[in-house]
Amino acid sequence: MPSEKIHVRTTVNGEATDFLCEANQSLLEVLRDVLYMTGTKEGCNDGNCGACTVNLDGRIVDSCLVLGVEAQGATIETIEGVATPEGLHPIQQAFLENAALQCGICTPGFIVASKALLEREPNPSEHRIRHWLAGNLCRCTGYDKIVRAVVDAAGHMGGKS
Amino acid sequence: MTTVEDRNYKVIGTRPIRHDGADKVTGRAIYGIDYHMTGELWGKILRSPHAHANIVKIDTSKAEALPGVRAVITGRDLPVAADMEVDDGETSINTMHLSNNVMAHRKALYRGHAVAAVAADNQHIAEDAVNLIEVEYEVLPPVLNGREAMKADAPLVHPEQTTKSMAFRFDPGTDTGEKSNIAGRTEMRLGDIDEGFKQADVIVERVFNTNWVHQGYIEAQNATVLWNNDDSIQVWNSSQGTFNQRQLMAEILKHPVSKIRITPQEIGGGFGGKIPVYLEVPAAVLSKKSGRPVKMMMSRAEVFEGTGPASGSETVCKMGATKDGKIVAAYAELVFEAGAFPGSAVGAGAQGMFTTYNIENILIHAYDVVVNKPKSAAYRSPGTPQTCFAAESVVDELAEKVGIDPLEFRIMNAAKEGDRRADGVAHPVMGNLECMVQLKESNHYKSDLGGPNRGRGIASGYWGNAGMPASCAVSVNPDGTVSLAEGSPDIGGSRVSLAMMTAEAFGIPAEDVIPIIKDTDSIGYNGLTAGSSTTLRNGVAIAQVAKQAIDLMKARAARLWETEVDNVDFADGVFFSKAESELKLTFKELAGKLMETGGPISTAASVAPRGAGPSFSTHMVDVEVDPETGKVDILRYTAAQDVGVAIHPDYVEGQVQGGAVQGIGWALNEEYFYDDSGRMMNSSYLDYRMPTSLDLPEIDAILVQVPNPDHPFGVRGVAEISIVPPLGALANAIKAAVGVRMQELPMAPYKIVKALWDKEAESNGAG
Amino acid sequence: MRPIEYVAPTTVDEAVAALAEKGDAARPLAGGTDILVQLRGGRRAVDRIVDVKRIPELNELSYDAQAGLRVGAAVPCHRIYEDEAIAAVYPGLMDVATLIGGIQIQGRASLGGNLCNAAPSGDSIPALIAHNAVAEVAGPGGKRDVPVEDFCTAPGRTVLGPGEFLVALRMPTPPASFGASYLRFIPRNEMDIAVAGAGASVVMDGNTVTACRVALASVAPTPVLAEEAGAALVGKEPTDDALAQAAEAARAAAKPISDMRGTAEYRTHLVGVLTTRALRNAIQRAKEA
Ligand SMILES: Cc1cc2nc3c(=O)[nH]c(=O)nc-3n(C[C@H](O)[C@H](O)[C@H](O)COP(=O)(O)OP(=O)(O)OC[C@H]3O[C@@H](n4cnc5c(N)ncnc54)[C@H](O)[C@@H]3O)c2cc1C
Ligand code: FES
Ligand code: FES
Repeated sequence: MPSEKIHVRTTVNGEATDFLCEANQSLLEVLRDVLYMTGTKEGCNDGNCGACTVNLDGRIVDSCLVLGVEAQGATIETIEGVATPEGLHPIQQAFLENAALQCGICTPGFIVASKALLEREPNPSEHRIRHWLAGNLCRCTGYDKIVRAVVDAAGHMGGKS
Repeated sequence: MTTVEDRNYKVIGTRPIRHDGADKVTGRAIYGIDYHMTGELWGKILRSPHAHANIVKIDTSKAEALPGVRAVITGRDLPVAADMEVDDGETSINTMHLSNNVMAHRKALYRGHAVAAVAADNQHIAEDAVNLIEVEYEVLPPVLNGREAMKADAPLVHPEQTTKSMAFRFDPGTDTGEKSNIAGRTEMRLGDIDEGFKQADVIVERVFNTNWVHQGYIEAQNATVLWNNDDSIQVWNSSQGTFNQRQLMAEILKHPVSKIRITPQEIGGGFGGKIPVYLEVPAAVLSKKSGRPVKMMMSRAEVFEGTGPASGSETVCKMGATKDGKIVAAYAELVFEAGAFPGSAVGAGAQGMFTTYNIENILIHAYDVVVNKPKSAAYRSPGTPQTCFAAESVVDELAEKVGIDPLEFRIMNAAKEGDRRADGVAHPVMGNLECMVQLKESNHYKSDLGGPNRGRGIASGYWGNAGMPASCAVSVNPDGTVSLAEGSPDIGGSRVSLAMMTAEAFGIPAEDVIPIIKDTDSIGYNGLTAGSSTTLRNGVAIAQVAKQAIDLMKARAARLWETEVDNVDFADGVFFSKAESELKLTFKELAGKLMETGGPISTAASVAPRGAGPSFSTHMVDVEVDPETGKVDILRYTAAQDVGVAIHPDYVEGQVQGGAVQGIGWALNEEYFYDDSGRMMNSSYLDYRMPTSLDLPEIDAILVQVPNPDHPFGVRGVAEISIVPPLGALANAIKAAVGVRMQELPMAPYKIVKALWDKEAESNGAG
Repeated sequence: MRPIEYVAPTTVDEAVAALAEKGDAARPLAGGTDILVQLRGGRRAVDRIVDVKRIPELNELSYDAQAGLRVGAAVPCHRIYEDEAIAAVYPGLMDVATLIGGIQIQGRASLGGNLCNAAPSGDSIPALIAHNAVAEVAGPGGKRDVPVEDFCTAPGRTVLGPGEFLVALRMPTPPASFGASYLRFIPRNEMDIAVAGAGASVVMDGNTVTACRVALASVAPTPVLAEEAGAALVGKEPTDDALAQAAEAARAAAKPISDMRGTAEYRTHLVGVLTTRALRNAIQRAKEA
């Protein structure tokens, strides 16, 4: 029994965005398969890899563990909203300069999560970065260069956030 | 032998930003499942809940009746594939087995084995439909352990299977005619093993076990397939080799290879696991049946249960040394669980096992055994982490027995150029000893452990690396840039490495090369992004296409300068006349004059290089063990690796670090935890426990550069070896920290506590 | 996931009605970090999801020295640990709010959901018990209070009847010289399920323990209050011997099973280790309080 579609109003990356979804669709599925915003990735669909990390009303969450309908009235930021017409965000630039990605499938999740950290705590310790990012799995890099990239970005953003 | 410094590279060895970087940090890069087509359906697989069962009957009528369902298929919808051995790059598989693996024909051979598939309007309907398929099984007793499976009275996974006996790794072998779960038996023999042990003053013999582990790539297997009305098949997916997958699909579907086109999308990790085909085949058949493109993606549980992990193993390892520290004999018996079909990496494991050392007497017996678990696939240096874990543990004990520092002991016995491997082949130029020596000179080695319950472990490793064919094409653009068409999916930054070699050859900046990865109809054959071979083999092709293009451009310069082509030379990005020194054109200047001198220039080449250049590496790790809980904390980690020439040092370090961390996961926590019925109990990331950022320190990578003399840019494979040493290094570190020798992976906390209890009971008993 | 109906009531009464109407086929949704995983994995099937996050009482987080602490059932972990006043007074709660999942999970996961999910490994439950928490339940028959130690009845099962749901968790203001701690053992450092966990709280008079509670996770079908373990310390100075007795009593209260997360023998051993460590931690905090 295909259930009725629900009209959901949100703000995505600063733009008023409406969509129709069924109650059993996750926010991740809505972003990817309804809005075709495929930058947010699926790695596990059960909250364990962080590839689907988005910012929901100011907090990072795993979008696979949020229903699309729950986002009614919410403000959502995804990887697609991180760069501006002026250029890449310092964290994106730092990921490139530090070779903090290999396959890159985990990268959107790491960038959205790191951005939330640096906006909150401009100068986190290496340990704090590792702690904050423990909900994001990367199987390629061994995390070394990711942590360096975040330290580096914090240096570049110094004061701005 | 030329060093890297002698080579005076301008681009190689620098760290430019990768060409696909902006796409990948903004979320714009299109990975396999991100590719969309109008009219696409979602497919889903029904998988066997039993590890071993005859499929008596499948009733799909209820699923077919569900609104929104467009096609349902079972094994009967696949042609019967030929019984033929194909090398899929790192391990081998028989095409009939491969066909049976993507969709069970009469028998389910492991829990998670695909039994039927559905295509529907969306993934939720497909999921519901799959649950409506009724399958009647006749459940058979499963065989779940390699040793048990070898016994004469074990249930047979394939009742008709007989054992093939091989005298060396790639021997076609002779059929023994014995019905058995042992699919293959290989022997490797060097010198005289009995004589060797006679010379030994100390001998250590132990048995080691490792559990199944998964590559753990974050992107699940996926495919979007269209079987068109003209019977051409188009595939958009992420794999480690489009041409290999095209071939495998052609064999299974009995379809002309030229009627299958695979367009590689970005790939989210593979590590060997994305060499085989899985979803591509059912998606193709569903597409044919429904007349629509079909999209499929595995859930994480399906990835664990339905793809190819690395084999569990048992290794009996016995080694002997003289009292002054020379290893004189090494014996091993290896039992690898291949999974439901033959073809584990046991041969590679045998070949890699003692190869770091110069040992004159070696005997290895290797068994490839089928069990009711998923068909194993390649995983980074396939087979070798398991066997080197055993060898490196025993080597450490030998060193202890003869009273020599473990690193010193390894240095004393290190294999060098000209020494023979177990299979008799002599080593080429390589940097085995150099890794050990540089580690000895590191600050890490000189540092103190600084606390109780801490220990330092060292282990070495070898991986042979692969060659494989490659094809590339370049075209010179009027603005002096070069477009590079290649056919190897980029998993870890190969675009930038290939672009850098191209730039080096043309004397232009790396940014002026535009690397593009093509589909199977747009470029010549390419091997796998596997076997650490991508940069190596494409480098050979690039050297060739660049030379061809430069030769053509020399002719253009000659025309402009109205001289003989022999008078024109090219160096450091400049064409010049040997006759008149004032006649010069930079690459860019000449590129701008191609149209007026005879038209555009593009060249292509296909190569099949030999001389991959082996990899050697030695790792050192400091740990602290909590004796009350058994938890192992990694305090410091350094990996030294011979990388030939590091084209882009950042991405080479990344390979070293990433492999080391996978090895750490394998050593400490990762495993397939099976119940007695053959059901994997921990098929989620939560319970499979791969390392998180908080479980690790920095991983220091020491890049030792001993150029590969057989390669135009000195490249040797760098991607796989780093997973080999961590297992032994951690076992040795734990032994040093709390005095227990762990012989079973993973060295989970509860096992360490148990070992400590046993040790205490033993010393109480003895005292 | 099967098709579901989603409702988001804004009052307690509406929620009770929405739940009661469907009986077992309806379930509340708080942070979703358990329920969505279970629905997707086919481990639970429901027809209706009742999102309780739009009910003001369930989002309330308030503390005053008189009334104590009130944590609305849907309040996510991060709100608890970001409230410095609460974190200082309820250190055991602080411990669990920061260790459930990772940062993303803590952005959504609630203590109410952790309790109602009733997993043997639910980390917050021993800490709530250590803090003498009471569950405030609303249902068709009105409101009732249930001590947290009596809330879970079996794996995945609670005392909640048809139409009932959790509104809030209440904890009294701790007396002077109070300390609490929750420790668990996991093989990784984050993102893992407890192999065993121990929560402890103490009230000290000088160097004498005057009250003590110990509760355990992952070693029985439900998290358990180990009364004897607490009793073993009351009236005593926390010497190594006394702590060892408490740990022994905790081990006796553990009835673990062997599974992929650890053998029964190892879990029982861990109960002793963790109880001792949690007690030491709680005592240290009591002295600093
Ligand atoms: C990656 C990951 C890591 C995790 N790590 C941990 C961990 O370290 N420790 C741990 O204990 N847990 C862990 N969990 C499990 C889960 O996050 C916690 O149990 C969490 O506290 C559940 O809260 P929630 O708000 O998300 O609950 P939900 O999923 O919304 O609900 C959980 C259950 O409670 C019911 N429920 C919710 N609210 C109410 C209510 N008001 N009244 C009645 N019933 C209600 C729901 O119907 C459901 O059955 C983890 C989960 C994930 C995905
Ligand atoms: S896909 Fe959401 S956490 Fe992995
Ligand atoms: S770069 Fe591949 S998973 Fe992180």
